[in-house]
Amino acid sequence: MSNIPGAPGAADGASAPEAVGERKVSETLHFARRNPKLLIGSSIVLILLLTGLIGPLFVDHGPNEYVGPQSQPPSSEYWFGTTTFGQDIWAQFVHGLRSTFFTGALGGGIAFVVGTTIGFVAGYKGGIVDEILNMLTNVVLVLPGMVVLIVAVAYLDVRGLLVQALFIGLTSWPWAARAVRSQALSLATRDYVDLARLSGRRTWRIITSEVAPNMSSYLVMSFILLFGGAILIAAGLDFIGLGPAGGVSLGLMLENAVGWSALQLGMWWWFIPPGTGITVLVGSMYILNVGLDEVFNPKLREL
Amino acid sequence: MWRYMGRKIGIYGITFVVAVTINWMIPRFMPGDPVSSMLSRASISDPEALERMTAYYNDVFGLDTPLHQQYFSFWAGLFRGDLGISVWLYPEPVTDIILRAVPFTVGLLLPAIILSWIIGNRFGAFAARSKILDNTLLPIGYILTATPYMWIALLLAWALAVNGGFFPTAGGYSFALTPSFSWVFISNLLSHWFLPFLSMFVVALGGWAIGMRNMIIYELEADYSNYLQALGAPRRLIRRYAFRNAMLPQITGLAVQLGTLIAGALLTEIVFNYPGLGTLMLNSLNNRDFFLLQGIFLFVVIGVLIANFIIDIIYVLVDPRTRVQMTGGSS
Repeated sequence: MSNIPGAPGAADGASAPEAVGERKVSETLHFARRNPKLLIGSSIVLILLLTGLIGPLFVDHGPNEYVGPQSQPPSSEYWFGTTTFGQDIWAQFVHGLRSTFFTGALGGGIAFVVGTTIGFVAGYKGGIVDEILNMLTNVVLVLPGMVVLIVAVAYLDVRGLLVQALFIGLTSWPWAARAVRSQALSLATRDYVDLARLSGRRTWRIITSEVAPNMSSYLVMSFILLFGGAILIAAGLDFIGLGPAGGVSLGLMLENAVGWSALQLGMWWWFIPPGTGITVLVGSMYILNVGLDEVFNPKLREL
Repeated sequence: MWRYMGRKIGIYGITFVVAVTINWMIPRFMPGDPVSSMLSRASISDPEALERMTAYYNDVFGLDTPLHQQYFSFWAGLFRGDLGISVWLYPEPVTDIILRAVPFTVGLLLPAIILSWIIGNRFGAFAARSKILDNTLLPIGYILTATPYMWIALLLAWALAVNGGFFPTAGGYSFALTPSFSWVFISNLLSHWFLPFLSMFVVALGGWAIGMRNMIIYELEADYSNYLQALGAPRRLIRRYAFRNAMLPQITGLAVQLGTLIAGALLTEIVFNYPGLGTLMLNSLNNRDFFLLQGIFLFVVIGVLIANFIIDIIYVLVDPRTRVQMTGGSS
């Protein structure tokens, strides 16, 4: 195992207080600190998150304001250059990152809540409830989500980040529901769950306090995947022209770049940054996920 | 087996009904008047033509009749193959416009999906459990699946078409040529086809390779692999058994990923202005041509259902147990 000295992610792992007697936690931390995929992935995500949060504070003009000379390549004043209209691409990039994180977190979050709820109830209850929910999951799974979204969003006159995230959340949950269901199915027959059921606790309490904690690592990983997926879907929607009206996002930047033929004009600084932002963000989320998988799943650890 | 197929067909039937119902509901329950908002953007200068169009669309939506009647007449129109008349290319029927674009999209999707699936699976199986490959190919694979389709299309167009000049940047074929079965036209068609195909292929490749790699590792942990290993079977043999077992979830994965792949094709087409369904969709959005948009939606859903059905048949042929495998989505 290679330990990367001085990697930013290592610090917050070490600063977490070690709970007394919680051997499992410290063991997980032990492996987490030594997993390069987890460290690299999480530090890139953190850096991008900080850029999105803090970056806009240091830009004293709005992302869509016409501030500079037109069609300038990157320079010391305009780090990422300017658009055909003289908008600062760096300003657009940091604001876009912020809204990308927002849609990803909210859309992925809604999908996560819907997916895990349906998965838990289906897997734990079984019988006719399972049949119906499974049918629903399969139907939504087969429907091409992106195309449904395009049609639905096209009819909306007022489009904002919130609505976009809500729609993405409501269409991208099925595979998470299926995955959670299969896990819950196997956990629901364990002895301690039977015991809890005998003691007369309500279903919801059993799910949240007995079943869910035993697959928490699995849940965290599904959330990260949904997060990344939501970002990609949002970028696609923005690119088609169904993005937040008057707002700014990485997908919208790509749309504008193509719409104003940055490609033919050779203005690479217009379409490289937003695409790189999305790719690096989602890619490091996936790699972070592999790292988490290796930390939680002893079978995958390379020793 | 028949029970399995019956269940599947049942689900597809329900999905189709749901899709049609969504299609019917969206214009009626979204805020605003669909007819006027559609025609306001259509930029028609002739007032008489506008009046005729308004009357036609009011009639088609049938907004003054009771809801259930609207719903049934919607279905009736569907079975007659009547999806309405386009606003953008008035008075051409939507079905004709779509049928013209479908070959381009299918010609892009099928080779990209099949080739990336085969090659990605090979790569993934090869990389699994070999440290160097795992540590180099795996991150590349993840970065590839995380790439938005339109961005890789942009990069390829920039590198190979604008800067390199090897391929044309836009369109399905040169406008100077008329479609024919001549060598000139076909080679022209292929050179326009190559870049959109390549960008779809590259993104999809990463996902399959990762899926296969994970499945192989899982299979190598299974009892039969350990047993074979204990017997001293050659590594190649164990690998081959693992590969065949890992194929099954990958086939199911093909069905799960189909929607994402189609969305990717639509986005890629837009970048290259390729005359398939994606570009058509963008045009219908820009012209607020909801009939065309909804027609495309129905066509895509039908295509997905047919493809799912074919994958199910393949699955039954490949795996006699026809058990439903679980696969976690990779994106």
